[in-house]
Amino acid sequence: MIRLDKLSRKFQVGNQVVHALDEVDLEINTNDYVSIMGVSGSGKSTLLNILGLLDTPTSGDYILSGINTSKMDDDEMAGIRSAKIGFIFQSFHLIPRLTAFENIEMPMILSGISPNERSMKVDSALEKVGLTDRADHKPEQLSGGQRQRVAIARSIVMEPDVLLADEPTGNLDTTSGNEVVKLIEELNSAGLTLIVVTHDREMGERSNRLIELRDGKIINDQRKP
Amino acid sequence: MRLSDILFLGYTTLIRYPLRTIMLLIATSIGVMAVILLTAVGEGARDYITGEFRSLGTNLLIVSPGRNETSGGGVLDLAGLSPRPLTIEDAQSLFQIDNVRRIAPVVMGEAPAQYDGLERSAPIIGTTPEFLSIRQWEMESGSFLPGVSMRYSPPVCAIGKEIKSELFGDTTAVGEWIRIGDRRCRVAGVLAEEGRAIGIDVQKIVVIPVALGTALFNRDSLYRIIVDVRTTSRMDQTKQSILSIIKRRHQGKEDITVIKQDTVLQSFDNIFNVLTMALGSIASISLLVAGILIMNVMLVAVSQRQAEIGLLKAIGAKNKQINNLFVVEAIMLSGSGAIMGLILGHSITQVLKVAFPDFNFLPPMWASYVSLIVALISGIIFGLLPARRAAKLDPVEALSGNK
Repeated sequence: MIRLDKLSRKFQVGNQVVHALDEVDLEINTNDYVSIMGVSGSGKSTLLNILGLLDTPTSGDYILSGINTSKMDDDEMAGIRSAKIGFIFQSFHLIPRLTAFENIEMPMILSGISPNERSMKVDSALEKVGLTDRADHKPEQLSGGQRQRVAIARSIVMEPDVLLADEPTGNLDTTSGNEVVKLIEELNSAGLTLIVVTHDREMGERSNRLIELRDGKIINDQRKP
Repeated sequence: MRLSDILFLGYTTLIRYPLRTIMLLIATSIGVMAVILLTAVGEGARDYITGEFRSLGTNLLIVSPGRNETSGGGVLDLAGLSPRPLTIEDAQSLFQIDNVRRIAPVVMGEAPAQYDGLERSAPIIGTTPEFLSIRQWEMESGSFLPGVSMRYSPPVCAIGKEIKSELFGDTTAVGEWIRIGDRRCRVAGVLAEEGRAIGIDVQKIVVIPVALGTALFNRDSLYRIIVDVRTTSRMDQTKQSILSIIKRRHQGKEDITVIKQDTVLQSFDNIFNVLTMALGSIASISLLVAGILIMNVMLVAVSQRQAEIGLLKAIGAKNKQINNLFVVEAIMLSGSGAIMGLILGHSITQVLKVAFPDFNFLPPMWASYVSLIVALISGIIFGLLPARRAAKLDPVEALSGNK
């Protein structure tokens, strides 16, 4: 479902060129559960941004569901993000002035779905993350774990193919972190391709496939038997 | 993205930052209010002035000596000649025109009016009885000038209310003799105060027969001849007749000017329209300032909400959508400020009407529309730059930026 072909991403820092990703080849199958690990500066965030079409490679190709995304413009990429990709962030990124319900509704608002349909889908997403009774709460009225569950509900409400999680438990205590991990693993079991970037080795080990990056190159790629 | 959703999201930001919103609303509403109030004053002034003229009647022709009022003597001066005086006989000669209904020759000057040791300087108008009805004045007591020949100068006068009270106090004035300059005349009546006239305060004047006036001021020329015509449609024809009759009487020299009351009215109307528009434009500058303020605040909002913009992009917002969100927010700010300003402006106008009943404050309709549209346009224009900046943000940087 995902294929990277000699994909590079260079940054100009001062007069130095940094290879955040250096000719990476990678294939990820549908419904896979992949962890990406590495020290900071290894390129794992850049990889996640490129997989999420937030960033574009300097060279090489990224083929998502058979579509080469390298030559897409901003709007086309936005369309793919909307339809196929769900994001979860370390700092949740909820819009503070909107309620949990409205935050989850946001991707559907952007793609012009009718209020009735939206309301149905938000309700079912809230149910999946177990926050039906918190629908009208603002993010500031929710705990960290609850916030991340709202963010997860938002990421799946458009029924994407891929869920990209950037340190999803980084800002959470162990208990709520475990809840969040369980939740996204359940989504993976239900058919969603899950890609998690993490520092946390324990969490990395839970996945079916663990990829380690260093200096923009894959140095280790192991599958659980 | 649906319009109702865009509006809802805009609304959530407005109530999220109430202080910011209120400040901007005040700024915009002051601008709109200024437009409404200043144009109300301008339009009120126009109404006042044209009302003054209209009260003189639109069926009047005004004859004055000299070829052209504005250029003074013109060629005649250069040739060492002055225009022939416009005499009482000239005025009488105009009765031969069919369309002429009434004629009021006018001389004007200033002279002291005395009674019983009291003295004050007063504007003096020398004219005929017809003047009263032509100018639509009324008498408070007694009668106006007696209806005798123009050339005859009976020693009578009509006085304004203020003159009456200054010279006579509460005692009766009618029938008393007052001294005007070196003449003595009997007070025939007191003018009512309602009369309106350009440049003359009816309450302060003394009216005497025209022949007495020319003698008093030792002048052989009239200041004006006011001609009241029967049929206004034949105004131009009558004007030509006046010109040719006076020309014949002045040895073939066309040395008078005849203007229609209408023309004067029209030019004043134009002048005041321009004045009102100028006032409106000046006030619009404050709208522009409010617009720039909105731009500033929106620029701040874009950097404050970087993370949110990044998120919106991550969940599939197109650049155009981000742009629209910010532009609509700016328009909502300027639009609601404008509506507030309209309400304030019109309410204050109503208050002013009560406070100053003599002056008619008339905020013109166009001022409301124009200020609303200008406010909305400035919202769009000044919202565009911040919105474009938001739309162009790099999602990765925006997401990692300050929240």
